[in-house]
Amino acid sequence: MTASVVLSRREWLLSDRPASRLQARLGRAYVAWRRFSANRLALVGMLIIVALLVVAAFADVLAPYSPTVGDLKNARLLPPGAAHWFGTDDLGRDIYSRVVYGARWTLYVVILVAIIAAPIGLLVGTIAGYAGGWTDTILMRITDIFLAFPKLVLALAFVAALGPGIENAVLAIAITSWPPYARIARAETLTVRNSDYIKAVQLMGASPFRIVLRHIMPLCISSLIIRVTLDMAGIILTAAGLGFLGLGAQPPLPEWGAMIASGRRFILDQWWVAAAPGAAILIVSLGFNLLGDGLRDALDPRSGDQ
Amino acid sequence: MSDTLLEVDDLRVTFPTRTGLVQAVRGVSFSLRRERLGIVGESGSGKSQTGRAIMGVTPPQAEVSAKKLAFDGMDLLSMSPRERRALRGSRIAMILQDPKYSLDPVMTIGRQIVETLRTHEKVSKAEARERALAMLQAVQIRDPARVFDLYPHEVSGGMGQRAMIAMMLVTGPELMIADEPTSALDVTVQLDVLKILDKLVAERGMGLIFISHDLRLVSSFCDRVVVMYAGKVVEQIKASELRDAQHPYTRGLLNCMPRIGFERHPLPVLDRKPEWAA
Amino acid sequence: MSVAENQAAAGRGSARAVAILSSLGRFLVIAVTTYLGLLAVTFFIGRVIPIDPVLAVLGDRAPTAVVERTRREMGLDLPWIEQFYLYVKAALRGDFGTSVLTTNPVMSDIRRVFPATIELATLGTIIGAVIGVPLGVLAAVKRGSLIDQVARIVGLIGYSVPIFWLGLLGLVLFYAKLQWIAFPARLDVVYEYTFTPITGFYLLDAAIQGQWDVFYDAWRHIVLPAALLGYLSLAYISRMIRSFMLNELAQEYIVAARAKGLSERRIIWGHALRNAAVPMVTVIALSYANLLEGSVLTETVFSWPGIGLYITNSLQNADMNAVLGGTIAIGSVFIAINLFSDLLYRLLDPRTKTG
Ligand SMILES: Nc1ncnc2c1ncn2[C@@H]1O[C@H](COP(=O)(O)OP(=O)(O)OP(=O)(O)O)[C@@H](O)[C@H]1O
Ligand SMILES: [Mg+2]
Repeated sequence: MTASVVLSRREWLLSDRPASRLQARLGRAYVAWRRFSANRLALVGMLIIVALLVVAAFADVLAPYSPTVGDLKNARLLPPGAAHWFGTDDLGRDIYSRVVYGARWTLYVVILVAIIAAPIGLLVGTIAGYAGGWTDTILMRITDIFLAFPKLVLALAFVAALGPGIENAVLAIAITSWPPYARIARAETLTVRNSDYIKAVQLMGASPFRIVLRHIMPLCISSLIIRVTLDMAGIILTAAGLGFLGLGAQPPLPEWGAMIASGRRFILDQWWVAAAPGAAILIVSLGFNLLGDGLRDALDPRSGDQ
Repeated sequence: MSDTLLEVDDLRVTFPTRTGLVQAVRGVSFSLRRERLGIVGESGSGKSQTGRAIMGVTPPQAEVSAKKLAFDGMDLLSMSPRERRALRGSRIAMILQDPKYSLDPVMTIGRQIVETLRTHEKVSKAEARERALAMLQAVQIRDPARVFDLYPHEVSGGMGQRAMIAMMLVTGPELMIADEPTSALDVTVQLDVLKILDKLVAERGMGLIFISHDLRLVSSFCDRVVVMYAGKVVEQIKASELRDAQHPYTRGLLNCMPRIGFERHPLPVLDRKPEWAA
Repeated sequence: MSVAENQAAAGRGSARAVAILSSLGRFLVIAVTTYLGLLAVTFFIGRVIPIDPVLAVLGDRAPTAVVERTRREMGLDLPWIEQFYLYVKAALRGDFGTSVLTTNPVMSDIRRVFPATIELATLGTIIGAVIGVPLGVLAAVKRGSLIDQVARIVGLIGYSVPIFWLGLLGLVLFYAKLQWIAFPARLDVVYEYTFTPITGFYLLDAAIQGQWDVFYDAWRHIVLPAALLGYLSLAYISRMIRSFMLNELAQEYIVAARAKGLSERRIIWGHALRNAAVPMVTVIALSYANLLEGSVLTETVFSWPGIGLYITNSLQNADMNAVLGGTIAIGSVFIAINLFSDLLYRLLDPRTKTG
């Protein structure tokens, strides 16, 4: 009984003749999901990211100690043990708790950069692609110029001028990471610009602004999401690098890059101070990379591996 | 027995795919002397895979099996890969469909011909060059020395296919498998290339397997015709007797060919019955 | 053979030369605009963002007289566009101002530190290409096999690991525990005073002068940072080469090569890789550019006296001229590498006809 219900639901999803737009959309999502979930590494990536979200949300519950106030008298630079799983740092703070709270800052950076950079890229790319002509040439020239720059060094220079701090680091990273999104959005726009569908909307008298906003931008979203996910690891690494150089998050914020920087002084004798936050960065970046690869293969079978 | 060049008995080619096993070739049998054999059939009927299995260039994931697959009395399937490779390009050769894709784009035509030769025969560079030039001449390229140094993208499709023929015939093979050698070409040069191929095959007394979906072409060009459908041979017939073909699928293929002067309404549709493939 | 074909082929040599020259011109225009863009961005960072650019350049401890003089020199009372004009003119002369920290002109500082970075990045790229190319080829040829899986994991970790952290762990293991390598620096202190570099590339200089003890010492200092950068470049190169090779191996000319009876070895390395070599050049050049950038973090960890350490030291001391000069230096090399790889691409690919 249940088996037949499940089967028919599956058939409904995979139907060649969807009866409604919703059914078609769900069907497509279902096919993509089946491709995605057949990829074991992609599932691992998703698991890591879900874990990151959970840890960030429940940091208060998961962390046994305060992330900023330590026990200077009794708990300085303790090696990993039962009381302090990842040991303690030079200010007697529990490194495990700091790593747990650090998840929040990692998410903060990644989400803010995505929220700033993706719309800039989307806007520049769709306008360039839709308008064509000189607008296109100039916008794309600027995009290419930014693409040809060394990203990290440019971000460094920006932070040097803006002053250190996590907000400025976010801004600097966002400024240097929008160009690929503009490229993608432009490419997608060019493929649909001359389609009959857009022509029909034009005939109905829609303004260019409305066409770009309502009809072209939504079509760019899925490839943009893939690209942003693939870039997340890079964003995390850049943010951590800025933190490591003392330009990102400032003490006592438990940001992973800054934690490695503070562990650097003791690295030869108390290696654990830097070890745990670095491992956290590695795992989370790996998660985003795996997830991004999986999404790309599932949503864009042309570039697929199998 | 000695004049049988190739013997194929129950040849099968199976591809593993995401949705299960796909049998591209399902028990093909025929034998070949030093004659011209045509293989026809609609797209996807397994003609190319048959040719490639004989050649031994099936994709690695595919499974090839046969009761018998023998060239000049030698069992091809029980040979070591090395022995098989020594046959390829020296005694058995193959021409592919589109010279645009089947010639290495970053190597000059001359070097590609010389490469075939020097893989199979111990000849000096100078001698290899001489023979390559002679071969280019034989496929009626008028200025061989110049074409020798050209890259594939610098010549037309017709000339590219002649270069391909030169590359494959330079070692003097006894069996040639031509997989739609003219379908990618302009109609105006198709005939030229066919004539050259025909002449060389006749002069050298080669066996030829000519794969095509053009029944008329095959019937005028070959001695015998094998008709394939869904990976199986549905009919083997002398080219001269094609008009009296018995099998409904062959008759269907014949009927689909346009003839000048006949008004045809409605257009005939090729009949396909699952039992022919069973 | 048609007449048109004959003529086309006769004009082939000169036509190709013209095509390459014209694309050279186009690339130069792109390089110049990109360089101007780079200057515009650094101008923006140095002059527009700071509330007081003079303080940004001099720090807040400079005497008032110096502040006033610098203000006039920088032309801060002029309109933006004129300031930018002066800025570009100075930059083209190689004048990036004076470093507060070293009190030298920034340009001479950069000349002094750059060879150390080039040496490190070059060695890193060599390591990355020598291992990464064969690894990528093997992964593609034996797709889905153990080596493909290993290559994939190695690559993914290389994409995900914070290099400075890996460097620190490397120091703990190879320097502190195993003592296989020397402490973070470029040479042991003893040699710093006795050794006179010629080119600024210590390995090369030591070899030229036959000072093998210095060579060995320099090697013990460079090997870990170079290996780390090599790992980053390996991760990138092997992944790209794998996908290029998969693409080439699926082409019809590979079937034709098999039909000719060529050995697998010859097909893979002589035909497929020869075709993949065209995009491969770009990938290796890009990887080299990335390593220049990666050197900023690596040099900090290994106290390697190159441009990266110069920039981060200047950052810590709010030495804006030095930071921006270093940024422009690295950016210029980026642009040069891009230009170079585009040209090489065109030279390598016989199909190049028009820009
Ligand atoms: N790599 C592959 N994986 C799975 N199936 C394959 C593969 N290559 C070929 N096939 C299957 O083998 C069948 C026969 O293919 P083949 O190329 O021999 O056809 P053909 O008769 O040459 O057709 P055409 O006239 O189009 O060239 C096809 O239906 C195809 O589905
Ligand atoms: Mg075929």
